[in-house]
Amino acid sequence: MATDDSVRREPIEGFDDVPGTTLFDAQRARQGYWVNQFCMSLMKAQNRAEFKADEDKYLRKWKMSDEQREAILQRNWARMIELGGNIYYLSKLFSTDGKSFQYVAATMTGLTQEQYAQMMLQGGRTIENNRSKKEWARTGGPAFGKSGKPAAGNK
Amino acid sequence: MAKIVASVNVSHVPAIGAAWDNKKSQDAYWKPVFDGFDFSKKWIAELKPDLIILVYNDHASAFDASIIPTFALGCASEFPPADEGWGPRPVPTVIGHPTMASHLAQSLILDEFDMTIINEMDVDHGLTVPLTLMFGQPEAWPCRIIPLPVNVVQFPPPTGNRCYNLGKAIKRAVEAWKEDLRVVIFGTGGMSHQLQGMRAGLINSEWDKRFLDSLATDAEVARRIPFIEYVREAGSEGIEMVMWLISRGALEQEVREVYRFYHVPASNTALGHLILENKSFQR
Repeated sequence: MATDDSVRREPIEGFDDVPGTTLFDAQRARQGYWVNQFCMSLMKAQNRAEFKADEDKYLRKWKMSDEQREAILQRNWARMIELGGNIYYLSKLFSTDGKSFQYVAATMTGLTQEQYAQMMLQGGRTIENNRSKKEWARTGGPAFGKSGKPAAGNK
Repeated sequence: MAKIVASVNVSHVPAIGAAWDNKKSQDAYWKPVFDGFDFSKKWIAELKPDLIILVYNDHASAFDASIIPTFALGCASEFPPADEGWGPRPVPTVIGHPTMASHLAQSLILDEFDMTIINEMDVDHGLTVPLTLMFGQPEAWPCRIIPLPVNVVQFPPPTGNRCYNLGKAIKRAVEAWKEDLRVVIFGTGGMSHQLQGMRAGLINSEWDKRFLDSLATDAEVARRIPFIEYVREAGSEGIEMVMWLISRGALEQEVREVYRFYHVPASNTALGHLILENKSFQR
Protein backbone atom coordinates (compact mmCIF):
# COMPACT_ATOMS: atom_id res chain seq x y z
CA MET A 1 0.00 0.00 0.00
CA ALA A 2 1.22 3.46 -0.84
CA THR A 3 2.30 5.64 2.05
CA ASP A 4 0.92 9.13 2.33
CA ASP A 5 4.27 10.56 1.25
CA SER A 6 4.38 8.76 -2.10
CA VAL A 7 1.02 9.80 -3.52
CA ARG A 8 1.11 13.18 -5.17
CA ARG A 9 -2.15 15.06 -4.98
CA GLU A 10 -3.22 17.46 -7.72
CA PRO A 11 -1.11 20.64 -7.76
CA ILE A 12 -2.67 24.08 -7.62
CA GLU A 13 -4.17 24.70 -11.03
CA GLY A 14 -1.73 26.32 -13.42
CA PHE A 15 1.28 25.89 -11.18
CA ASP A 16 2.92 23.10 -13.12
CA ASP A 17 3.26 25.42 -16.10
CA VAL A 18 5.30 28.04 -14.16
CA PRO A 19 8.91 27.42 -15.21
CA GLY A 20 11.90 27.04 -12.91
CA THR A 21 9.83 27.28 -9.75
CA THR A 22 9.28 24.74 -6.98
CA LEU A 23 5.97 24.76 -5.17
CA PHE A 24 6.60 24.61 -1.42
CA ASP A 25 3.28 23.13 -0.40
CA ALA A 26 2.24 20.96 2.52
CA GLN A 27 3.45 17.79 0.80
CA ARG A 28 6.90 19.17 0.02
CA ALA A 29 7.06 20.57 3.54
CA ARG A 30 6.60 16.98 4.75
CA GLN A 31 9.45 15.80 2.53
CA GLY A 32 11.79 18.56 3.70
CA TYR A 33 10.68 18.65 7.31
CA TRP A 34 13.97 17.66 8.93
CA VAL A 35 16.06 19.70 6.49
CA ASN A 36 14.06 22.75 7.45
CA GLN A 37 14.06 21.94 11.16
CA PHE A 38 17.84 21.47 11.05
CA CYS A 39 18.09 24.93 9.48
CA MET A 40 15.93 26.38 12.25
CA SER A 41 18.34 25.01 14.85
CA LEU A 42 21.03 27.32 13.43
CA MET A 43 19.22 30.31 14.92
CA LYS A 44 21.09 29.54 18.15
CA ALA A 45 24.76 30.55 18.29
CA GLN A 46 25.64 27.43 20.27
CA ASN A 47 24.18 25.18 17.55
CA ARG A 48 25.97 27.10 14.82
CA ALA A 49 29.24 26.47 16.61
CA GLU A 50 28.49 22.77 17.00
CA PHE A 51 27.52 22.47 13.33
CA LYS A 52 30.67 24.25 12.14
CA ALA A 53 32.88 22.03 14.29
CA ASP A 54 31.64 18.83 12.59
CA GLU A 55 28.93 19.28 9.97
CA ASP A 56 28.38 15.60 9.19
CA LYS A 57 28.10 14.66 12.85
CA TYR A 58 25.65 17.45 13.54
CA LEU A 59 23.53 16.58 10.50
CA ARG A 60 23.27 12.93 11.59
CA LYS A 61 21.32 14.09 14.62
CA TRP A 62 18.42 14.89 12.26
CA LYS A 63 16.18 12.31 10.61
CA MET A 64 16.91 13.41 7.04
CA SER A 65 17.71 11.19 4.05
CA ASP A 66 21.28 10.55 2.87
CA GLU A 67 20.66 12.60 -0.28
CA GLN A 68 19.35 15.51 1.77
CA ARG A 69 22.43 15.37 4.01
CA GLU A 70 24.72 15.22 0.96
CA ALA A 71 23.00 18.22 -0.63
CA ILE A 72 23.56 20.21 2.58
CA LEU A 73 27.21 19.18 2.92
CA GLN A 74 27.79 20.17 -0.72
CA ARG A 75 25.77 23.37 -0.31
CA ASN A 76 23.80 22.38 -3.39
CA TRP A 77 20.98 24.88 -2.90
CA ALA A 78 18.93 23.86 -5.93
CA ARG A 79 19.03 20.24 -4.79
CA MET A 80 18.01 21.20 -1.24
CA ILE A 81 14.97 22.99 -2.70
CA GLU A 82 14.11 19.92 -4.82
CA LEU A 83 14.28 17.75 -1.71
CA GLY A 84 11.83 19.85 0.25
CA GLY A 85 13.99 22.64 1.64
CA ASN A 86 12.51 26.11 1.56
CA ILE A 87 14.57 29.22 0.86
CA TYR A 88 13.58 30.98 4.09
CA TYR A 89 14.61 27.98 6.18
CA LEU A 90 17.76 27.56 4.11
CA SER A 91 18.59 31.20 4.81
CA LYS A 92 19.58 30.15 8.34
CA LEU A 93 22.20 27.85 6.78
CA PHE A 94 23.61 30.36 4.31
CA SER A 95 23.59 33.08 6.98
CA THR A 96 25.67 30.72 9.12
CA ASP A 97 28.02 30.49 6.12
CA GLY A 98 28.08 34.30 5.87
CA LYS A 99 26.37 34.20 2.46
CA SER A 100 23.54 36.39 1.17
CA PHE A 101 20.20 35.70 -0.50
CA GLN A 102 21.68 37.10 -3.68
CA TYR A 103 24.65 34.72 -3.58
CA VAL A 104 22.39 31.70 -3.13
CA ALA A 105 19.82 32.82 -5.71
CA ALA A 106 22.60 33.28 -8.26
CA THR A 107 23.94 29.75 -7.71
CA MET A 108 20.55 28.32 -8.67
CA THR A 109 20.27 30.15 -11.99
CA GLY A 110 23.21 28.85 -14.00
CA LEU A 111 24.55 32.41 -14.18
CA THR A 112 27.81 33.47 -12.59
CA GLN A 113 27.66 35.74 -9.53
CA GLU A 114 28.79 38.63 -11.68
CA GLN A 115 26.23 37.98 -14.43
CA TYR A 116 23.46 37.66 -11.86
CA ALA A 117 24.41 40.85 -10.00
CA GLN A 118 24.66 42.67 -13.33
CA MET A 119 21.24 41.36 -14.39
CA MET A 120 19.71 42.70 -11.16
CA LEU A 121 21.40 46.10 -11.59
CA GLN A 122 19.93 46.29 -15.09
CA GLY A 123 16.41 45.79 -13.79
CA GLY A 124 16.27 42.09 -13.07
CA ARG A 125 15.23 39.07 -15.08
CA THR A 126 12.52 39.95 -17.55
CA ILE A 127 9.07 38.39 -17.41
CA GLU A 128 9.03 38.11 -21.21
CA ASN A 129 9.55 34.50 -22.25
CA ASN A 130 9.64 33.49 -18.58
CA ARG A 131 5.95 32.93 -17.95
CA SER A 132 5.51 29.32 -18.95
CA LYS A 133 7.29 26.06 -19.62
CA LYS A 134 6.00 26.23 -23.19
CA GLU A 135 7.97 29.44 -23.70
CA TRP A 136 11.09 27.83 -22.28
CA ALA A 137 10.64 24.83 -24.56
CA ARG A 138 10.49 27.22 -27.50
CA THR A 139 13.36 29.53 -26.49
CA GLY A 140 15.63 26.89 -25.00
CA GLY A 141 15.54 28.03 -21.38
CA PRO A 142 15.23 30.97 -19.03
CA ALA A 143 15.43 34.45 -20.46
CA PHE A 144 17.47 36.94 -18.51
CA GLY A 145 18.14 40.64 -18.43
CA LYS A 146 15.93 43.31 -19.87
CA SER A 147 16.47 42.12 -23.44
CA GLY A 148 14.56 38.94 -22.73
CA LYS A 149 17.11 36.91 -24.68
CA PRO A 150 18.10 33.51 -23.36
CA ALA A 151 21.34 33.53 -21.43
CA ALA A 152 24.39 32.25 -23.23
CA GLY A 153 25.27 28.75 -22.10
CA ASN A 154 21.75 27.66 -21.26
CA LYS A 155 21.42 23.93 -21.25
CA MET B 1 -12.87 55.79 19.18
CA ALA B 2 -9.76 54.31 17.65
CA LYS B 3 -9.35 54.87 13.93
CA ILE B 4 -7.06 53.58 11.20
CA VAL B 5 -6.19 56.69 9.23
CA ALA B 6 -3.51 55.53 6.80
CA SER B 7 -1.57 52.59 5.44
CA VAL B 8 2.15 52.26 4.87
CA ASN B 9 3.06 49.57 2.38
CA VAL B 10 6.68 48.64 1.98
CA SER B 11 9.01 45.82 0.97
CA HIS B 12 10.97 44.21 3.79
CA VAL B 13 14.13 43.00 2.00
CA PRO B 14 16.54 41.62 4.64
CA ALA B 15 19.59 43.09 2.88
CA ILE B 16 18.19 46.56 3.64
CA GLY B 17 18.39 45.77 7.35
CA ALA B 18 21.90 44.41 6.92
CA ALA B 19 22.96 47.53 4.95
CA TRP B 20 21.59 49.79 7.69
CA ASP B 21 23.06 47.79 10.56
CA ASN B 22 26.48 47.67 8.86
CA LYS B 23 26.42 51.45 8.22
CA LYS B 24 26.25 51.07 4.44
CA SER B 25 23.12 53.16 3.95
CA GLN B 26 25.12 55.91 2.23
CA ASP B 27 26.92 53.54 -0.17
CA ALA B 28 26.13 54.15 -3.85
CA TYR B 29 24.07 50.93 -4.05
CA TRP B 30 21.90 51.63 -1.00
CA LYS B 31 21.67 55.43 -0.87
CA PRO B 32 18.83 55.68 -3.43
CA VAL B 33 16.84 53.13 -1.39
CA PHE B 34 17.14 55.02 1.90
CA ASP B 35 16.67 58.42 0.19
CA GLY B 36 13.33 57.08 -1.06
CA PHE B 37 12.10 57.16 2.55
CA ASP B 38 13.06 60.75 3.44
CA PHE B 39 9.50 61.92 2.77
CA SER B 40 8.00 58.96 4.63
CA LYS B 41 10.05 59.57 7.76
CA LYS B 42 8.81 63.17 7.91
CA TRP B 43 5.25 62.14 7.11
CA ILE B 44 5.03 59.59 9.92
CA ALA B 45 6.83 61.84 12.41
CA GLU B 46 4.16 64.47 11.79
CA LEU B 47 1.30 61.98 11.84
CA LYS B 48 2.38 60.59 15.25
CA PRO B 49 0.43 57.32 15.30
CA ASP B 50 -0.41 55.86 18.72
CA LEU B 51 -0.40 52.36 17.38
CA ILE B 52 0.84 50.45 14.34
CA ILE B 53 -0.76 47.19 13.24
CA LEU B 54 2.07 45.62 11.31
CA VAL B 55 1.14 42.96 8.76
CA TYR B 56 4.14 40.91 7.70
CA ASN B 57 5.26 37.37 7.19
CA ASP B 58 7.58 35.47 9.46
CA HIS B 59 10.41 33.93 7.39
CA ALA B 60 10.82 30.71 9.32
CA SER B 61 12.02 32.57 12.42
CA ALA B 62 9.29 32.54 15.08
CA PHE B 63 7.42 29.68 13.42
CA ASP B 64 9.34 26.59 12.46
CA ALA B 65 8.05 23.90 10.10
CA SER B 66 5.99 22.24 12.84
CA ILE B 67 3.08 24.70 12.93
CA ILE B 68 2.01 26.99 10.06
CA PRO B 69 -0.61 29.56 11.10
CA THR B 70 -2.29 31.30 8.16
CA PHE B 71 -3.22 34.43 10.13
CA ALA B 72 -1.74 35.17 13.55
CA LEU B 73 -1.86 38.01 16.03
CA GLY B 74 0.86 39.07 18.44
CA CYS B 75 -0.74 39.56 21.86
CA ALA B 76 2.44 39.75 23.96
CA SER B 77 3.64 42.89 25.73
CA GLU B 78 6.96 42.79 23.88
CA PHE B 79 8.60 41.12 20.91
CA PRO B 80 12.42 40.88 20.78
CA PRO B 81 14.28 40.92 17.43
CA ALA B 82 14.99 37.40 16.15
CA ASP B 83 18.38 35.78 15.60
CA GLU B 84 18.11 34.74 11.95
CA GLY B 85 21.51 33.12 11.78
CA TRP B 86 23.84 36.08 12.22
CA GLY B 87 22.69 37.37 15.62
CA PRO B 88 19.66 39.58 16.35
CA ARG B 89 19.46 42.94 14.54
CA PRO B 90 20.57 45.81 16.81
CA VAL B 91 17.12 47.38 16.89
CA PRO B 92 14.76 48.16 19.77
CA THR B 93 12.44 45.52 21.18
CA VAL B 94 8.93 45.97 19.82
CA ILE B 95 6.46 47.04 22.52
CA GLY B 96 3.04 45.50 21.90
CA HIS B 97 -0.43 46.47 23.04
CA PRO B 98 -1.81 43.36 24.76
CA THR B 99 -5.23 44.75 25.67
CA MET B 100 -5.90 46.09 22.17
CA ALA B 101 -4.51 42.88 20.66
CA SER B 102 -6.85 40.81 22.84
CA HIS B 103 -9.74 42.98 21.69
CA LEU B 104 -8.69 42.49 18.06
CA ALA B 105 -8.43 38.73 18.56
CA GLN B 106 -11.89 38.55 20.07
CA SER B 107 -13.48 40.78 17.48
CA LEU B 108 -11.79 39.08 14.49
CA ILE B 109 -12.60 35.57 15.66
CA LEU B 110 -16.25 36.44 16.28
CA ASP B 111 -16.16 38.08 12.84
CA GLU B 112 -15.21 34.60 11.50
CA PHE B 113 -11.47 35.13 10.98
CA ASP B 114 -9.64 32.31 12.75
CA MET B 115 -6.59 34.05 14.18
CA THR B 116 -3.81 32.13 15.87
CA ILE B 117 -2.98 33.85 19.17
CA ILE B 118 0.71 34.37 19.92
CA ASN B 119 1.85 35.12 23.45
CA GLU B 120 5.58 34.84 22.87
CA MET B 121 7.40 35.62 19.65
CA ASP B 122 10.65 36.96 18.24
CA VAL B 123 10.18 39.21 15.22
CA ASP B 124 12.37 38.94 12.14
CA HIS B 125 13.39 41.26 9.29
CA GLY B 126 9.85 41.11 7.89
CA LEU B 127 8.75 43.32 10.78
CA THR B 128 11.93 45.22 11.68
CA VAL B 129 13.10 46.36 8.22
CA PRO B 130 9.95 48.45 7.57
CA LEU B 131 10.43 50.09 10.99
CA THR B 132 14.05 50.90 10.16
CA LEU B 133 13.02 52.46 6.86
CA MET B 134 10.28 54.56 8.46
CA PHE B 135 11.98 55.52 11.75
CA GLY B 136 15.75 55.08 11.35
CA GLN B 137 17.56 54.12 14.55
CA PRO B 138 15.69 55.47 17.59
CA GLU B 139 16.40 54.19 21.11
CA ALA B 140 12.82 52.93 21.22
CA TRP B 141 10.24 52.61 18.46
CA PRO B 142 7.96 55.66 18.75
CA CYS B 143 4.69 53.82 19.36
CA ARG B 144 3.15 50.51 20.27
CA ILE B 145 3.07 47.87 17.56
CA ILE B 146 0.81 44.84 17.12
CA PRO B 147 2.40 42.24 14.83
CA LEU B 148 0.07 40.37 12.49
CA PRO B 149 1.99 37.57 10.74
CA VAL B 150 0.53 35.95 7.62
CA ASN B 151 1.72 32.69 6.11
CA VAL B 152 3.06 33.28 2.61
CA VAL B 153 5.90 30.74 2.85
CA GLN B 154 4.05 27.45 2.58
CA PHE B 155 1.66 27.40 -0.36
CA PRO B 156 -1.12 28.15 -0.73
CA PRO B 157 -1.18 31.38 1.24
CA PRO B 158 -4.54 33.07 1.88
CA THR B 159 -6.06 34.64 -1.24
CA GLY B 160 -5.86 38.36 -1.88
CA ASN B 161 -9.61 38.58 -1.45
CA ARG B 162 -9.48 36.86 1.93
CA CYS B 163 -6.74 39.25 2.98
CA TYR B 164 -8.79 42.24 1.81
CA ASN B 165 -11.76 41.05 3.85
CA LEU B 166 -9.55 40.52 6.89
CA GLY B 167 -8.52 44.16 6.49
CA LYS B 168 -12.17 45.18 6.60
CA ALA B 169 -12.68 43.15 9.77
CA ILE B 170 -9.62 44.81 11.33
CA LYS B 171 -11.14 48.22 10.51
CA ARG B 172 -14.40 47.23 12.25
CA ALA B 173 -12.53 45.90 15.26
CA VAL B 174 -10.37 49.01 15.65
CA GLU B 175 -13.39 51.30 15.38
CA ALA B 176 -15.13 49.36 18.17
CA TRP B 177 -12.32 50.37 20.57
CA LYS B 178 -13.55 53.25 22.75
CA GLU B 179 -10.25 54.92 23.58
CA ASP B 180 -9.08 57.53 21.05
CA LEU B 181 -6.15 56.05 19.20
CA ARG B 182 -4.64 57.08 15.90
CA VAL B 183 -3.73 53.85 14.13
CA VAL B 184 -1.61 53.24 11.03
CA ILE B 185 -1.58 49.82 9.39
CA PHE B 186 1.51 48.52 7.63
CA GLY B 187 1.36 46.04 4.74
CA THR B 188 4.81 44.67 4.01
CA GLY B 189 6.71 42.39 1.63
CA GLY B 190 6.92 42.27 -2.15
CA MET B 191 7.18 43.48 -4.72
CA SER B 192 8.08 41.18 -7.62
CA HIS B 193 10.89 38.80 -6.71
CA GLN B 194 11.83 35.15 -6.93
CA LEU B 195 14.55 33.69 -4.72
CA GLN B 196 14.68 30.12 -6.00
CA GLY B 197 15.34 28.05 -9.07
CA MET B 198 16.27 28.91 -12.65
CA ARG B 199 13.90 31.89 -12.72
CA ALA B 200 15.47 33.61 -9.68
CA GLY B 201 15.95 37.34 -10.15
CA LEU B 202 12.59 37.85 -11.84
CA ILE B 203 11.33 41.44 -11.75
CA ASN B 204 8.09 42.57 -13.37
CA SER B 205 7.91 46.34 -12.98
CA GLU B 206 4.89 46.78 -15.24
CA TRP B 207 2.88 44.30 -13.16
CA ASP B 208 4.06 45.89 -9.90
CA LYS B 209 2.98 49.30 -11.14
CA ARG B 210 -0.48 48.04 -12.08
CA PHE B 211 -0.78 46.52 -8.61
CA LEU B 212 0.15 49.84 -6.95
CA ASP B 213 -2.27 51.72 -9.21
CA SER B 214 -5.06 49.34 -8.27
CA LEU B 215 -4.47 49.79 -4.54
CA ALA B 216 -4.45 53.55 -4.93
CA THR B 217 -7.51 53.80 -7.16
CA ASP B 218 -9.65 50.70 -7.40
CA ALA B 219 -8.73 47.85 -5.06
CA GLU B 220 -11.51 45.77 -6.62
CA VAL B 221 -9.03 44.77 -9.34
CA ALA B 222 -6.18 43.86 -6.99
CA ARG B 223 -8.33 41.85 -4.58
CA ARG B 224 -9.41 39.52 -7.42
CA ILE B 225 -5.89 38.59 -8.54
CA PRO B 226 -5.58 34.81 -8.18
CA PHE B 227 -2.68 33.12 -6.38
CA ILE B 228 -1.26 31.68 -9.59
CA GLU B 229 -1.00 35.10 -11.23
CA TYR B 230 1.20 36.43 -8.42
CA VAL B 231 3.50 33.42 -8.75
CA ARG B 232 3.72 33.53 -12.54
CA GLU B 233 3.94 37.31 -13.00
CA ALA B 234 5.63 38.52 -9.80
CA GLY B 235 7.65 35.45 -8.77
CA SER B 236 7.23 32.78 -6.13
CA GLU B 237 8.17 35.23 -3.36
CA GLY B 238 6.21 38.11 -4.94
CA ILE B 239 3.17 36.40 -3.42
CA GLU B 240 3.98 38.46 -0.29
CA MET B 241 1.99 41.26 -1.93
CA VAL B 242 -1.29 39.70 -0.77
CA MET B 243 -0.44 41.28 2.59
CA TRP B 244 -0.82 44.74 1.04
CA LEU B 245 -4.48 43.85 0.53
CA ILE B 246 -4.96 43.49 4.30
CA SER B 247 -3.71 47.04 4.82
CA ARG B 248 -5.82 48.26 1.87
CA GLY B 249 -8.96 46.57 3.17
CA ALA B 250 -8.48 48.29 6.53
CA LEU B 251 -8.84 51.72 4.92
CA GLU B 252 -12.00 53.34 3.63
CA GLN B 253 -13.03 52.85 0.03
CA GLU B 254 -11.92 56.37 -0.92
CA VAL B 255 -8.21 56.95 -0.34
CA ARG B 256 -5.60 59.41 -1.50
CA GLU B 257 -2.13 58.41 -2.58
CA VAL B 258 0.27 60.41 -0.45
CA TYR B 259 3.55 58.96 -1.62
CA ARG B 260 4.96 56.28 -3.89
CA PHE B 261 8.50 55.01 -4.36
CA TYR B 262 9.72 52.17 -6.56
CA HIS B 263 13.31 51.03 -6.97
CA VAL B 264 15.10 48.11 -8.62
CA PRO B 265 17.11 46.35 -7.35
CA ALA B 266 17.27 45.84 -3.62
CA SER B 267 19.30 42.64 -3.64
CA ASN B 268 16.96 40.26 -5.58
CA THR B 269 13.87 42.35 -5.21
CA ALA B 270 11.85 45.22 -6.62
CA LEU B 271 11.35 47.55 -3.67
CA GLY B 272 7.92 49.15 -3.56
CA HIS B 273 6.52 51.70 -1.14
CA LEU B 274 3.06 53.25 -1.09
CA ILE B 275 1.45 55.50 1.52
CA LEU B 276 -2.33 55.86 1.41
CA GLU B 277 -4.55 58.02 3.63
CA ASN B 278 -8.30 57.82 4.01
CA LYS B 279 -9.83 60.63 1.95
CA SER B 280 -11.96 61.57 4.96
CA PHE B 281 -8.88 61.99 7.16
CA GLN B 282 -7.93 65.58 8.00
CA ARG B 283 -5.02 66.33 10.30
